[in-house]
Amino acid sequence: MQRYILGRILQLVVSLLVVVTFVFLLSRLSGDPVQLMLDVRATEEEKQALRVHLGLDKPLPVQYGVYLQGMLVGDFGRSILSRRPVLEHIWERLPNTLMLGAVGILFSIAIGVPIGVYSAVKRGTVLDHVARVFAVMGQAVPTFWLGIMLILIFGVWLAWLPPGGKSGPESFILPAITLGYFTAAAIMRLTRSSMLEVLGAEYVKFARIKGLHEQVVVWKHALKNATIPVLTFSVMLFVIFLGGAVVTETVFAWPGLGRLILEGINTRDYPIVQGGVMVFSAIYLLANLMVDVLYSYFNPKIRFARPGG
Amino acid sequence: MATVEAQRPVLVGHGLRKAWGVVRQLPATPTLILSLVIFGALFAEQLAPHHPTEGELRMRTMPAAWVEGGSATHLLGTDDQGRDILSRIIYGSRISLAVSLTAVLLAGTLGTAIGLIAGYKGGLVDALLMRLADIGLSMPLILIAVVVTAVTGPSFRNVILVIGFLLWPRFARQVRGETLSIKENDYIALARVAGRSGPYIVWRHIFPNVIPSLLVVSTLQVAYVILVEGSLSFLGVGVPPPHPAWGLMIAEGRQLVWTAPWVAAFPGIAMGLTLLAMNMFGDWLRDKLDPKLRQV
Repeated sequence: MQRYILGRILQLVVSLLVVVTFVFLLSRLSGDPVQLMLDVRATEEEKQALRVHLGLDKPLPVQYGVYLQGMLVGDFGRSILSRRPVLEHIWERLPNTLMLGAVGILFSIAIGVPIGVYSAVKRGTVLDHVARVFAVMGQAVPTFWLGIMLILIFGVWLAWLPPGGKSGPESFILPAITLGYFTAAAIMRLTRSSMLEVLGAEYVKFARIKGLHEQVVVWKHALKNATIPVLTFSVMLFVIFLGGAVVTETVFAWPGLGRLILEGINTRDYPIVQGGVMVFSAIYLLANLMVDVLYSYFNPKIRFARPGG
Repeated sequence: MATVEAQRPVLVGHGLRKAWGVVRQLPATPTLILSLVIFGALFAEQLAPHHPTEGELRMRTMPAAWVEGGSATHLLGTDDQGRDILSRIIYGSRISLAVSLTAVLLAGTLGTAIGLIAGYKGGLVDALLMRLADIGLSMPLILIAVVVTAVTGPSFRNVILVIGFLLWPRFARQVRGETLSIKENDYIALARVAGRSGPYIVWRHIFPNVIPSLLVVSTLQVAYVILVEGSLSFLGVGVPPPHPAWGLMIAEGRQLVWTAPWVAAFPGIAMGLTLLAMNMFGDWLRDKLDPKLRQV
C-alpha cells in the first residue's frame, strides 16, 4: 500500500511538471504580451525595455528555469493587466470554485442517495422507471445547456433566483443544480445497484425476520453498508466538478478559478493562465490521487490491476 | 474452383439474413435518433430548408412555427442574424459527427497501437507507456483542451488534434488489458513456435480479438467527444463562427436568453438527444459484445 501511494505521488509530480512545461511553451507561442501591455504608439526602445524588465529577452531555457523556480516557491509573477501578484488573484477566486464544488456534492448526494434507495426498494415500479429515466438523462444533458435553461426558467421567467454572479446563498442554487445533476444521476445509479446488492444479503433478511420495521431495515441496516462505494465516489465527484469548472463558471459568470483562467486566455494575460492552470491542475491531480488511494484501500484488486503497482 | 462458385450465392443469402438478424435486434430509440442524425449530416444540403450561415435580417429572432409570431418557413425559428435554426442544427450534426469521429479515430488508432505494443512487449516498455497513459488520464482534460485550442487558434483541425491526443490513454488502457489476456492463449504460443514475427502475431492474432471492445469504447467516446467539442465551442475556443456547431449556437443563444430563448434551447435538445442515443447504443453494444466490460 505504501509503495503504491509513493508511486502515485511520484506520478503526480511528473504530471504536474508536464502540465507546467506544456503551459510555459504554449504561452510563449501565443504571441508577444508586450504588444498588449503597451500603448500602440510605444517606440521600439520602450518595448525592448519592457521585455528586459519582464525577462522576455533572455533565451527560452533561462526563462523556463526562472519560471520553474518561481512556481516552486509559489511566485507566479504579476498579472499583466492588473499588475497585482497572480497569487492574489488566485486566492480571491479559488474559494469560490471550491465552495461551489462542495455545495454541488451536497446537492448530488441529497438528491441521488434517496432516489437511489427508493428506486432499489421499489424496484420495477413506475417510480423506479422515472428515477432511471432521470439518471439516463443526467448523462446526456450538456451542463452548459442545462445551466442556460435553468437561468431562463428560474432567473428570467420566474425571477426567483439571480441569473448569474455570486451574491448571497441563493446564488449557489442554480450553479449547484447544474453541476450536480450529472453526478446526482451517477450517484443514484451507484446507490441503486449497491442497495440492490445489500438488500439481498443475509443480515438484511435476518433483520427482517427479527421483525424490525421495514423503514429501519432499509435506511439503517442496508444503507449503512451501501454508502461505502457512494462515499468514495463523492471524492471522485470533486474531480469531475473541477473538470467542468471552466464551463459552469462561464455560464453563471461565477468568479472562480476556471473563469479566471479563461479571462487570462482572452486577454493574453499569460502569468494568470500559467499560475491558474498550475494551481488548478495541482488540486485536480491531488483529488485524483485521493480517489485512487481510497479505491485501492476499499478494493485491493484495483491496486494490482495497475502495471508494476 | 467450381464448388466455390456454386457456394457463393448461399453465402450471400446467409450474410443478408445475418445482417437482418442484427438490424432486428438493434435498440429502437437510439437507432432511430442516430439514423436521423447521420442522415441529416450526410444530406444536409438536401434536407436543410435554408442556408446555414446566411440569414435574412428581416426575419431575425422569429420564434418557432407553433408559437405566436412564428412562421412555417422557419420551423424552429431564427436567431438574431435571421439564420434558420433548424437548418443550422442539421448542418451542425455534420460538424459534431465529423469532429467526434475523426478525433476518436485518431485517439483510437494511437491508443490501440500503444496498447498493443505495451501489452505484447511487457516489461519496461509496458511500464513506461502505461505510466504515460496514467499521466494523460489524470489531466484536467477540458482545461488543457481550452488552453491549447485558445493558444493555437480555434479551428476544426486544432479541436480534432487536441481532443484526439488527449483521449488516446482511454483506448490504450483497454487494449493493453485485453492484449495481456489474449497473449496467454495457446494459439499465440503456437504462432511463436511456428516462427511468426511479433508484429505479425499482434496484427493477425491479437488485434482482431480486441476489435469488439474497441467498438464499445469508441461508441462511448464519440458521445464524450461531442460533449467536449460542444464545451470548447461554447467557450469560444472550439469550432470558430460562423460555423453552425451546436456548442457555438448555444453560446450565441446565451446572449439572447432574455429575448429569444429558443436560439439556445433547440441546439441543446439536438445535442442532448444525440448524446442520449449514443450512450444508450454504447451500453447496448457493450452488453451484446462484451459482458465482461459491464463492470467498467
